[in-house]
Amino acid sequence: MTAATIAPPTAPPATGKPRRAGWAAKLVPYWLVLPGWLWLAVFFIVPTVIMLSVSTMTGDIEAGFKQTFHWSTYTDAWSTYSVQFIRSLEYGAIATLLCILIGYPVAYWIAFRGGAHKSSLLFLLLLPFFVSFVIRTQSWNFMLSDNGMVLSRLRGWGVVSSHFHILQSSTAVVGGLTYNFLPFMVLPIYVALERVDPALLEASADLYASKFTALRKVVFPLSLPGVFAGVLLTFVPVAADYVNSSILGGPKTTMIGNIIQTQYFTNLNYPVAAALSFILMAILLVGVFLYARLLGTDDVLDAAAA
Amino acid sequence: MASVTSQVLRAPEPTEPAKPKRRSARRVSGRWLLPAWGWLVIAWLCAPIIVMIVFGFNNTTGKFNIRWQGFTLRNYRNVFGIDGLTNALENSLGIAAISTVLATILGTFLGMALGRYRFRGSGSVTLLLFANIAAPEVVLGAAMLSMFLTLGVPRGYLTIVLAHVMFSLAYVAVTVRARMVGLDPSMEEAARDLGAGPVTTFFKVTLPIIMPGVLAGALLAFALSIDDYIITSFNSGNTVTFPLYVFGASRTGVPPQVNVMGTLIFMFGVLVAIFGALSSRRKRV
Repeated sequence: MTAATIAPPTAPPATGKPRRAGWAAKLVPYWLVLPGWLWLAVFFIVPTVIMLSVSTMTGDIEAGFKQTFHWSTYTDAWSTYSVQFIRSLEYGAIATLLCILIGYPVAYWIAFRGGAHKSSLLFLLLLPFFVSFVIRTQSWNFMLSDNGMVLSRLRGWGVVSSHFHILQSSTAVVGGLTYNFLPFMVLPIYVALERVDPALLEASADLYASKFTALRKVVFPLSLPGVFAGVLLTFVPVAADYVNSSILGGPKTTMIGNIIQTQYFTNLNYPVAAALSFILMAILLVGVFLYARLLGTDDVLDAAAA
Repeated sequence: MASVTSQVLRAPEPTEPAKPKRRSARRVSGRWLLPAWGWLVIAWLCAPIIVMIVFGFNNTTGKFNIRWQGFTLRNYRNVFGIDGLTNALENSLGIAAISTVLATILGTFLGMALGRYRFRGSGSVTLLLFANIAAPEVVLGAAMLSMFLTLGVPRGYLTIVLAHVMFSLAYVAVTVRARMVGLDPSMEEAARDLGAGPVTTFFKVTLPIIMPGVLAGALLAFALSIDDYIITSFNSGNTVTFPLYVFGASRTGVPPQVNVMGTLIFMFGVLVAIFGALSSRRKRV
């Protein structure tokens, strides 16, 4: 690697002026990267290291916390809160799966049948993003509450009994999570489907494939990168979310995010909170990196940006 | 958790009984099944927005905005009637403005470097951005809080800005990088051959070309900042932002002014988006 060579998009052989690539020019990319890198180092890397160090401290808020390399905080935290950890991963998995099932047909519809209205339909799909995440979730709480517009009407029609509640159930939380993150699934799938060459469909029709066979054997495999990117964009934030379980859920739907928040702000037990955050990050990031390694980091980043 | 799955699937499903009567029946149903599903999902996505807008016009008495009590414009005349809420909105707008400017500058430089140059360590920078985007928000917030607690930094407006720049600059960088990769380097070389210095080249050639990417990144950063609840809640101290106010109010009762402000922000965002789409279309023609 001979540092700072300009990388043209078509990458012709690097015959480019070796005269000009003096010391100053070689340093240009480093100067460009430096400010942003420093910001991330100070407010992302250093805090993570400090959190790791806090997680092995012992003590309490009155006397202060001392570093004692008390690693068993991790095993204690895991055994105490494994229920919430597993629940979070479970909700994440179910909501992600529901996003695929609900979102894939929508992406397919817009990509192949959208015609001239593709961008308008995508715009409608993105409308929720113009309303605050918390307001949207709160709006569901309002609609689904026991005296809210949905349940009181259903009760009036005699569809449900007066003991039927939606809020505070795992249904409400998973439903809210699916609702909030659905567009993150539809968009990458749409982008992948959009790239499918229609000539491939014609070719499969010429080879006597039925529409369904063409979908199964040609379109679906080609859209898999989009599905993978969508899974990445939904699973991690869903599993770590606590807004939905706070607003739509109850004591039986507590997710690990709620626990971390309570440990920091109510129990003031920073080591346990830090250990829980670290376990969560380890589970999710290790999963994500293995997943991205499998698929290529740049591909996933690009899909995420698209 | 099979029960959860089956209950959640209550999402309106177009019930289409199999009709093998006519040969074309399946094809006909296939023709409208997909659009019907698509429109249902769009309706589902938009339902909370419609409710929010409608209940901004609700003539509520008392603190709760739950039952429809008739149409009024009072809430619009009285948008800034709740001091805490007004203050929260001001905080959100101020924080979003400051952090957008900072994140856009830092992210644009990062994106330019990654999209244009091959340099030692570029892989690790990409990995850092990826980790930053992929890390769960709770963890980002908790890590910053750990640092501020350990160093005894008081949390408030400033720490929220620091956090918002931290989580949005990677998005700007990725957006700008995508634009940069498609840029023809001969343009900049031509500018240099004509005697322009690196600064002049940047402002007169590079920046105008990557401007759509920079603007898209800036809009994204603004939207992320104004909407953020999780990371903000960890680093806010006593400062309240708009999402924090709404979250707090969701326990006691959300005043209709929240709906009004939500509606106004929504309208503003939609208008900006439509204007942007129209102007870019005009340019292309």
